Amino acid sequence: MIKTDIIIIGAGPTGLFAVFEAGLLKLKCHLIDALPQAGGQCSEIYPKKPIYDIPGFPEILAGDLTRNLLEQCKQFEPGFTLGERAENITKDKNGIFTVITNKGTQHQAPVVAIAGGLGSFEPRKPMLENINFYEGKGVEYIIKDPEIYRDKRIVIAGGGDSALDWSIFLANIAKEVTLIHRRNEFRGALDSLEKVRELHKKNKITIITPAEITKLKGKEKIESLTVTKDKIETEIDIDHFIPLFGLSPKLGPIGNWDLEIEKNAIKVNTFDYQTSVPGVFAIGDINTYPGKLKLILCGFHEATLMCQSAYKIINPGKKHVFRYTTVSGVDGFDGTRKEAKKPVIQAINE
Amino acid sequence: MSDINIIIKDRAGNIHKVLAPTDMAMNLMEIVRSYELAPEGTIGVCGGIAMCASCQCYINSNHSLPEAGDEEEAMLSEAFNVQENSRLGCQISITKELEGLSFELAPE
Repeated sequence: MIKTDIIIIGAGPTGLFAVFEAGLLKLKCHLIDALPQAGGQCSEIYPKKPIYDIPGFPEILAGDLTRNLLEQCKQFEPGFTLGERAENITKDKNGIFTVITNKGTQHQAPVVAIAGGLGSFEPRKPMLENINFYEGKGVEYIIKDPEIYRDKRIVIAGGGDSALDWSIFLANIAKEVTLIHRRNEFRGALDSLEKVRELHKKNKITIITPAEITKLKGKEKIESLTVTKDKIETEIDIDHFIPLFGLSPKLGPIGNWDLEIEKNAIKVNTFDYQTSVPGVFAIGDINTYPGKLKLILCGFHEATLMCQSAYKIINPGKKHVFRYTTVSGVDGFDGTRKEAKKPVIQAINE
Repeated sequence: MSDINIIIKDRAGNIHKVLAPTDMAMNLMEIVRSYELAPEGTIGVCGGIAMCASCQCYINSNHSLPEAGDEEEAMLSEAFNVQENSRLGCQISITKELEGLSFELAPE
């Protein structure tokens, strides 16, 4: 059981900045994110794209912003549960929330801040009639343990980086690797494309393009699939089918948490961005209120105000005043202290 | 007036005739959002950088459109329900040449 002051769901820019603001109030945070790394959309969708509307940064790459935010909150020692999706929330009679992930990790805190952005990133599934039946029975959308593919016959579908990279990686492990893509052209890093070309020449990877997978077959697990190329159907015997069509965000289980939802977003008040459930806040792109703009800078503002109310929930009746970091400095939980240099007062002409 | 007329068929099959400004640097995806013809979170999810295909649309009129760039082509090669006339709405800017354009939103 992980215990903390604020459970933050979503480790994107808003969630990371909330760690810093909470830290100034001596509140400790733990972040949960379905992606294996922090940064949210900034690191998953557009790490190399510039952002022009972060105050004080005329231009900053999304990946660099993530790095800076991690650096800024590091002194407050946030905990991370990455690669796990927040699945369920309960509240006990003392007002403590327990958030459980899809892998069963439990987190407890008096305050929950949902900074889930667009939702959790889920693999995009190809539209094949019975694909749900074969999930976990030979169909995998995410490769967790490459060893399960050793000496097996694998079909990978997709035309992007992950399809190319995993084809290369599995070519040395699996018995057969077949890469199927709807178009002739693949999109990826130049060296990945060249490696696939080389492995294809050595008959380590079979490439079928432009083609589509149209049927899956198998009694208890997947046994074969049908590939349609130029209207001709071919059946291939396989052990595993790995569709890699990227990730798309879904509100997911949060949609069933009895929070008031409007326009696929969580309704909050604009006093402190609390949801319809006291103690549960929603900040950043995932919330909605009159005049809402989905901007990183608005998320920062919302995170800051949210922390003030979180403090009052966690420390009822305890006094504190809002202070400027320039005046009071920043005391990290790691023992570090940052402060403005004090002027020296000394006579020069003695 | 720098507005043009556009005909949009939403995902429920309803047809909307809307006015779109040509001087606001808007694209087709943004016009759909500005008239709220698709629920938020189901269109323009990536913000308009050709990274999600949630604004895929089928162009039904014979307008000559700017050619799809590499990023749009790549995204359409991975998207589902792609047809000959598929485009990403976020990659098509509203210009006066598009007067009378007719398109429909691809399924979610």
